[in-house]
Amino acid sequence: MIENHLSLLLVALPLLAAPIVAALPNGRLPWALSTLVSWSVCYLAAWQLMNVSSGQVISYELGGWAPPWGIEYRIDAANALVALIVSGIAALTLPYALKSVIKEIPQQQHALFYAAFMLCLTGLLGIAQTGDIFNLFVFLEISSLSSYALISLGKKRQALTAAYQYLIMGTIGATFFIIGVGLLYAMTGTLNMADLAQRLPELYEHRTIHTAFAFIMVGFALKLALFPLHLWLPNAYTYAPTVVTIFLAATATKVAVYVMLRMVFTVFGFSFIENTPTDELFLLLCVTGILSMSFYAIYQKDSKRLLAYSSVAQIAYMMLGIGLGSVLSVTATLVHLFNHALMKGALFMAIGALIYRVGSSRLEHFSGLGKQMPWTFAAIVIGGLSLIGVPGTAGFISKWYLVLAAIEQQHWLIVGVILMGSLLAVAYVWKMIEVLYFNATDEREQQNTAVKEAPLMMLIPMWVLVLANVYFGFNTELTVGTAEQAVKLLMPGAN
Amino acid sequence: MDMILGHYNYWMVIIIMMAGFYTVISRGNLVKKIVGLNIFQVSVFLLYISIGNVKGGATPIIEKGVDLYSNPLPHVLILTAIVVGVATTALGLALVVRIKEAYGTIEEDDIHNQDQSL
Repeated sequence: MIENHLSLLLVALPLLAAPIVAALPNGRLPWALSTLVSWSVCYLAAWQLMNVSSGQVISYELGGWAPPWGIEYRIDAANALVALIVSGIAALTLPYALKSVIKEIPQQQHALFYAAFMLCLTGLLGIAQTGDIFNLFVFLEISSLSSYALISLGKKRQALTAAYQYLIMGTIGATFFIIGVGLLYAMTGTLNMADLAQRLPELYEHRTIHTAFAFIMVGFALKLALFPLHLWLPNAYTYAPTVVTIFLAATATKVAVYVMLRMVFTVFGFSFIENTPTDELFLLLCVTGILSMSFYAIYQKDSKRLLAYSSVAQIAYMMLGIGLGSVLSVTATLVHLFNHALMKGALFMAIGALIYRVGSSRLEHFSGLGKQMPWTFAAIVIGGLSLIGVPGTAGFISKWYLVLAAIEQQHWLIVGVILMGSLLAVAYVWKMIEVLYFNATDEREQQNTAVKEAPLMMLIPMWVLVLANVYFGFNTELTVGTAEQAVKLLMPGAN
Repeated sequence: MDMILGHYNYWMVIIIMMAGFYTVISRGNLVKKIVGLNIFQVSVFLLYISIGNVKGGATPIIEKGVDLYSNPLPHVLILTAIVVGVATTALGLALVVRIKEAYGTIEEDDIHNQDQSL
């Protein structure tokens, strides 16, 4: 019974939970229910991934209406992997959230905060699950609207302007996307992705299709913060409440990258892209993005902003994989999508623990904390190593595949840029470690206010992610294995 | 001439779209930006409704003796998009109210100056 409706339950469960959570009295109840829901959803997502991991495709017809007329949820390895990332990160963020939210958000808003969080989870899972391009827009707006609200809850007043800026940019992006969808519908008369994929090849020469493609690409480039359309991201990540930053950094942009993959490979098909200058443009933007954003990260004085710029650079790595357009490079994109969620989740959780104790995210306030909070410090070191791509961590696996893909096509410049990006990552990760471990703590010691290690409720989710970073650096069966299955379906002709 | 008159709707869509988009980019007043965003979205509604029109087609309600109908699906889609637009506007204006409370102004330049001077 449950198994037949698995794909829908994944979206419906958090959606139904949201109003209930909002109606609960402020206190621990909203948190407890959201955590319970996120764990069940994570369990369902893992189940779903097992069902499709060897290349099957599940087609779920909403309300029994046959596609392409009805809305279809079409689950293959790519969707299932993204759904697992989103729900897994949510299941780890929510236990962490309890203490952090009590400290950062006024108590009368707790129920509404968790309700918005559930809606954001609904939206992101919906985007991952759906096989209908207009349905995707609706879920995109559900997740975006709730994340604007979540970001605006930050303590500083800049959170409001950051949320406003994101709202304007995000809405322009989403509107561009529906313009594209409308044009596609005008030409093909269908909104189902699989159906579109079949009808589009005979219309490849048509100018309307090219226009639609341009609108959809620019719209989603805004959403996933592809350099130079990333301007909303650093402020949004810096001023949002810590929990929101963790969740959005690890999931929202990843889901947008997945949509880009879906559009490029399933809907339009890579043979269409190859006849447009899109892939060269992607490569150019990604190369500039990786280098410039990594440089920016080095000069930041705020830890959250530093990691935000690093995120923009890392997203550029994923898009690089799409731009190269080979089996290896798209595998690298999917693996990096998964691994980057792990490392940024771990790093933002560790930074969040520091903020919890010190009350500030500026690097100068972190000096010497490494000795007082050894577990949090160790998490930053391992997360940082993974971000750099040191062998033995998850980050190494994805960069390895990306470099292999670039070598395969003899793009030596890109190989150089990937390695250069890692070197720059060493610089910004070192900057955090230097402040935390090697800077003196005299100021605080004089005031005699030694800082304690973060509470266990924060350390456990953080370390689950840290250990996952190490685990997936050795065992690549889940990540690379699933990604290879997904790529087989995304690029059927390629192998 | 047919290029202009025959595609009258689409020309209007482009003009409204650009007017809205330009307002969003060029205006410093946060409320005016939201208004621009609205105009921008309205152009998309018009685009969808124009796509749904079938030449000589009747209103899509089944009736005896009528066998050519306009396509109702784009209209339904755009109802959803209108709801999304209303939600976005409401949230955007709510943020503007909070910004006004926090900064005492809704001019982008003043807000920027206040943040810089800290």
